[in-house]
Amino acid sequence: MSEPSKTIFSRVVVGITGSGFVSLLRTRTIVALILLLLALVAGIQLARPGTVNAIWISNMMLFAAPLGIVAAGQTLVMLTGGIDLSVASVATASAYLMATHSGLGVALAILYGLGVGFVVGLINGTGVALLRVQPLVMTLGTGLMTEGMLVVYSQKKIGEAPRVPQFIEDLGAGKFLGGIPNDLIVWVPIAIILIFVLRRTGFGRLLYAIGDNSKACTLAGIRVWRILLLNYVTCGILAAVAGLIIVGGTDSAELRLAEVYLLPSVAAVIIGGTSIFGGRGGYSGTIVGALILTVLNSILTLLDVPESVRQILYGAIILLLAAAYTRLTE
Amino acid sequence: MSEAPLLLEARDVAKRFDSVVALKAASLQVRPGEVHGLMGSNGAGKSTLVKIITGVYPADGGQIFVKGAVRSFRSPAEARRAGIVSVYQDPALVPDLTITQNMGLAGAPVDAVRKWLAELGVARLDFSLLVRDLPDPTLRLIDLARALAWEPAVLLLDEITASLPADLSEQIYAMVKRWRERGNAVIFISHRMAEVSALCDRATVLRDGVTAGVTERAQGSEERIVALMLGAETARAVASAPSTRATRQRADDAQPALEVRGLRCAPQVNDVSFKLYPGEVLGIAALEGQGQEELFDCIAGSRRFDEGAIVARGKELRLRHPADAIAAGIVLVPANRLVALLQQRPIPENIALPAFGRIRNWGPIRIREERTRVASAIGRLQIDTRAGSELRRLSGGNQQKVVIARWLASGFDILLCFDPTRGIDIGTKRQIYALVREIAAAGSAVLLFTSELPEIPLACDRAVVLFGGRVVAEMPVSEADEATLLRSAHGLAPSVEASS
Repeated sequence: MSEPSKTIFSRVVVGITGSGFVSLLRTRTIVALILLLLALVAGIQLARPGTVNAIWISNMMLFAAPLGIVAAGQTLVMLTGGIDLSVASVATASAYLMATHSGLGVALAILYGLGVGFVVGLINGTGVALLRVQPLVMTLGTGLMTEGMLVVYSQKKIGEAPRVPQFIEDLGAGKFLGGIPNDLIVWVPIAIILIFVLRRTGFGRLLYAIGDNSKACTLAGIRVWRILLLNYVTCGILAAVAGLIIVGGTDSAELRLAEVYLLPSVAAVIIGGTSIFGGRGGYSGTIVGALILTVLNSILTLLDVPESVRQILYGAIILLLAAAYTRLTE
Repeated sequence: MSEAPLLLEARDVAKRFDSVVALKAASLQVRPGEVHGLMGSNGAGKSTLVKIITGVYPADGGQIFVKGAVRSFRSPAEARRAGIVSVYQDPALVPDLTITQNMGLAGAPVDAVRKWLAELGVARLDFSLLVRDLPDPTLRLIDLARALAWEPAVLLLDEITASLPADLSEQIYAMVKRWRERGNAVIFISHRMAEVSALCDRATVLRDGVTAGVTERAQGSEERIVALMLGAETARAVASAPSTRATRQRADDAQPALEVRGLRCAPQVNDVSFKLYPGEVLGIAALEGQGQEELFDCIAGSRRFDEGAIVARGKELRLRHPADAIAAGIVLVPANRLVALLQQRPIPENIALPAFGRIRNWGPIRIREERTRVASAIGRLQIDTRAGSELRRLSGGNQQKVVIARWLASGFDILLCFDPTRGIDIGTKRQIYALVREIAAAGSAVLLFTSELPEIPLACDRAVVLFGGRVVAEMPVSEADEATLLRSAHGLAPSVEASS
């Protein structure tokens, strides 16, 4: 039943986006995505001439970095055919714990924050890899629990008000050399390492292999649980890092700080061409995906589009690209 | 010819699936008041013929007559209205519905089903139970009772006793006889020769999609059925029997590469023991479902067993994961290559996969080294890589080669090959068997199961026959002609052959 409807849907998509773009998406995903990004930038320049300048570009990078880092962990998990819905709660909790421990010094405070990511990632990994809980269910559960525990913690810890240290503030909001955002110092190395890991290491190979056929990996003598455990821990830590950058940007550790990053983190991965069934994709696509979402947000803010329209557009873009990608795998 | 009018006749039925010819010219004549056996080795076309008769598939050629009139059914429901009902190999019941709901789904009269179940010895069964909570034998009986409730003139039973305990099988034999006495016909498909010769009035034997002959119940009909199943194939297999093979001298105290002792893995594997020596290809012959698949899984570490021991080079193995078996040098080429391969990944990644089982290989890949290793495996197996980089674009035969190439690239002592030539063309088959011989000649040991018995003498040094999860015969390849294997695989004593 779903087969013909999918075809009809993707035919409609081709009608809208043009089959040239779809075939480009097939052969050179990254080029097609960059073209899409440039089209959006051109669009904003047409709609509000003069918007696109060095400061705007620098701001886009600044805003895209935390999303790119959350989506980095999400890419790793989605490549294995999983998903991590706890990333937003982890980012928030990481920021909050860091802020309430800032009295101990920045380094220790950061360790507290990253510790949250490690612990939640370990629990997610144990559930998914060893107890074989569905990733969606597992991470939804741990995400809610993290959120709830954070509320309890914030109420008990009234004495020690959260404070964002200057270092974190600089990291999340500052720029250097006349416009390069500081958070790129974190994002760029993460991106380089991740792309290398996925393309050129045994660990990366195994992520794709597990996403393609986990049973085949077991038969080839691979203890799949080890990879998955390590993967969810990495995803948790990356979410925690993103949380620190986000709180540096807003300068106030709130209990719903990173909530808005959850769905965009998944969306950036899907737009970037990683299959939700795993086994295909990569981080470079996700980077462009994160940039596309950030620019889109900027356009909609500039045009003063109401939130409802924004959501509709957001959803439509994900659907159209997802449909274009399904055509590739047919 | 025909004294009594035929109840059902199939005349020269043909059927092909894409390029595979399942039936060429199958004919079957069923008289009223008879139990008619339908025999043939795996892939002879029995199930396809049953499915054409009952309207599951359309035939490509030939005709079906019911009570003398040409009919062609477009669905099982249509066949049922004409009085032809089949009980298929697997229970056709929805697990998440109750029995009553299942009967409603098929439009079966519940009261009649209940009555027939009582006749089959299941008097008190709660029809509001979910099907998934019922044991398999009960499901078979429900399936049969549902078929009987439609009062079919022709009842087809496809291997109904295969998974049943002896007492329930007896119930079914009694019911089959009763059905015959009412002037109806029963078409009975079974791999159990003893059952067929006891129950069936006549038997039609299919071979390679053609009706090879029809036998009447008489003295020696078993032998005749075996002969018909074999046909001219025997001659061909014997003619091309292994000649290149050097008969290796094996010292009596040589250490086996692999020894299986009293292996039990309930309920399929009951008691299996054998030794496999270095440089040897040991063939496993068995009909479908005699425990061979589970046996291979146990040795490969992907299934836990209940009792017994698996010993490699004198050391008893603790097999809790395929990785344990691979570490001990035991590797598996499984029955279904789809479970072993990464369909969306390129060929080299598929071949290099096992290397990453070790944590020390999780780091940067030495690309050049990997490329050399993969290229030599691809070359040795002559894998045709022109079809593209993604594995799913390769043909079945080439995919199978990739599975073998993977283990050649990573190294092993003992190769477990489960039906490596299933659904593969002749040329590739030859290549695979030549390679198996080559592997053995290089000193490794090979355990080979094949569903095609003529292939055993072609590739193996020795053969072991499984029946009902037990080793029932062991023989050197010189005695393992197809007739002997087939007889043993049907659970018949090999002594029958001695008299002929």
